[in-house]
Amino acid sequence: MDISVKRESLEAMRVFDLATTPLRELNSALHAIAPGTNDTNFEVVNPRGSHAVAVGIDQPVTVEVRGSVGYYCAGMNDGGTVTVHGSAGPGVAENMMSGTVVIEGDASQYAGATGRGGLLVIKGNAASRCGISMKGIDIVVHGSIGHMSAFMGQSGHLVVLGDAGDALGDSLYEAKLFVRGAVKSLGADCIEKEMRSEHLAKLAELLARAGVTDVSPTEFKRYGSARKLYNFNIDNAEAY
Amino acid sequence: MCGIVGLFLKDKTLEPRLGAMLADMLIVMTDRGPDSAGIAIYGAPSGGRAKITVQSSRPAVDFAGLEALLKHLDAGVTVDLKSTHAVIETDAMQAAAVRDLLAEQRPDVRVMGSGDSIEIYKEVGLPKDVVARFGIREMGGTHGIGHTRMATESAVTTLGAHPFSTGADQCLVHNGSLSNHNNLRRELVREGMRFETQNDSEVAAAYLTNEMAKGKDLGQALTSALDDLDGFFTFVVGTKSGFGVVRDPIACKPAVMAETDQYIAFGSEYRALVNLPGIEDARVWEPEPATVYFWDHEKAA
Repeated sequence: MDISVKRESLEAMRVFDLATTPLRELNSALHAIAPGTNDTNFEVVNPRGSHAVAVGIDQPVTVEVRGSVGYYCAGMNDGGTVTVHGSAGPGVAENMMSGTVVIEGDASQYAGATGRGGLLVIKGNAASRCGISMKGIDIVVHGSIGHMSAFMGQSGHLVVLGDAGDALGDSLYEAKLFVRGAVKSLGADCIEKEMRSEHLAKLAELLARAGVTDVSPTEFKRYGSARKLYNFNIDNAEAY
Repeated sequence: MCGIVGLFLKDKTLEPRLGAMLADMLIVMTDRGPDSAGIAIYGAPSGGRAKITVQSSRPAVDFAGLEALLKHLDAGVTVDLKSTHAVIETDAMQAAAVRDLLAEQRPDVRVMGSGDSIEIYKEVGLPKDVVARFGIREMGGTHGIGHTRMATESAVTTLGAHPFSTGADQCLVHNGSLSNHNNLRRELVREGMRFETQNDSEVAAAYLTNEMAKGKDLGQALTSALDDLDGFFTFVVGTKSGFGVVRDPIACKPAVMAETDQYIAFGSEYRALVNLPGIEDARVWEPEPATVYFWDHEKAA
């Protein structure tokens, strides 16, 4: 990048101090961005656990959040790049459409829930229900995840470098799950599956995009749907 | 919803500020439940003295001449009036007699809690108003618990507010809802427990009291609660020297904890903790589902 261009973009960084500025001003400013504008760099300081920080982004903006956030940070993100330099409360990147959300710390329950696209990277641990009802989002967790993760996951990928809690992938559809550590238990209709070359290639790509350089795709196991519970069958009544 | 805060101090120099710190934490949680609010503060026990926190909806009537009345039992009794509440301090040997006399002479007065060190204040209204009404900011202590309520299982009344205290120096706050509380209440009544409300959380408090009366410590009682209580819960509980936290196995009710050399803190959300000293460098974590956490001043000492 040309240095003069970089300086210009740095100068254009807009800083919102949530200790003194109402949250709505931040989110309104993010929503007011017109397509094609250069004014796309935002910084949020003193988030102090606020809810709904940087929700509803629909332009390719960059938001650096300096501290920990509460519920629903970066929800519905469509094309933005949001980095939380701290931990995130429940529902981070819920229903993401596209873009990237990075949590430098831990994430609370239902991170990336119902996400349809984009990449969510959690550098610490994620709590229960990570990726619940995921519908195309890719999630990479550097640490471990809690119980009931990827419940009813329909598509997308969940990559976990650590361990998974109870009932991983319960009632799973076609989301693909990769876990490097131990899985405490698999949920109904979730089974370990063969790791084929296309899976290793996809995993390598996701790890690279998530900034993981020291871990090989071959260290993971793949889990997916046994496809026995897609439609109700009385013979499977015990499994529901 | 509902908002819970708790603070268990390790650093004695913070003790004079316990009330102020808890009050600020609770006010941040106001939007999790605006129906009623309450706080339990554990102060320093003064040897051989018992504290009884009482409440009346007609304090001008019920508390008039109360000290003079109780002096017939104990010449050294003191009655500290605080709005709708009063804290009676008496010789521990006379505590039961004081309660009997109250029941007889002031039948509308309700006992919020009693013991060597606990004081409980709770009322309908917003945390900021409840905190101001009872002068919580000026109170010191070793540990304390606060709650702001969004009612689900029973009426919005003073008695339905948290914390619930069902045993000496014990209290419990709850975020969630229990599904087997009616059965459990019947069983506990059969075992001799008494109830003031139809509230599910009071059943949880009485359950723990009953288990501890059988000889369990707080940690063991919380472990049994995981087997015997059905429903959603994050509980924070206090005893004279202890502080405990437990979440149900589903763990959908939020909980964040922080620990430094100075304190152990609990909040329904991280927001409640951001003003604590040294929070930037604290160990911050979410308590695991179906896992009992408890700390005890006496065991630590």
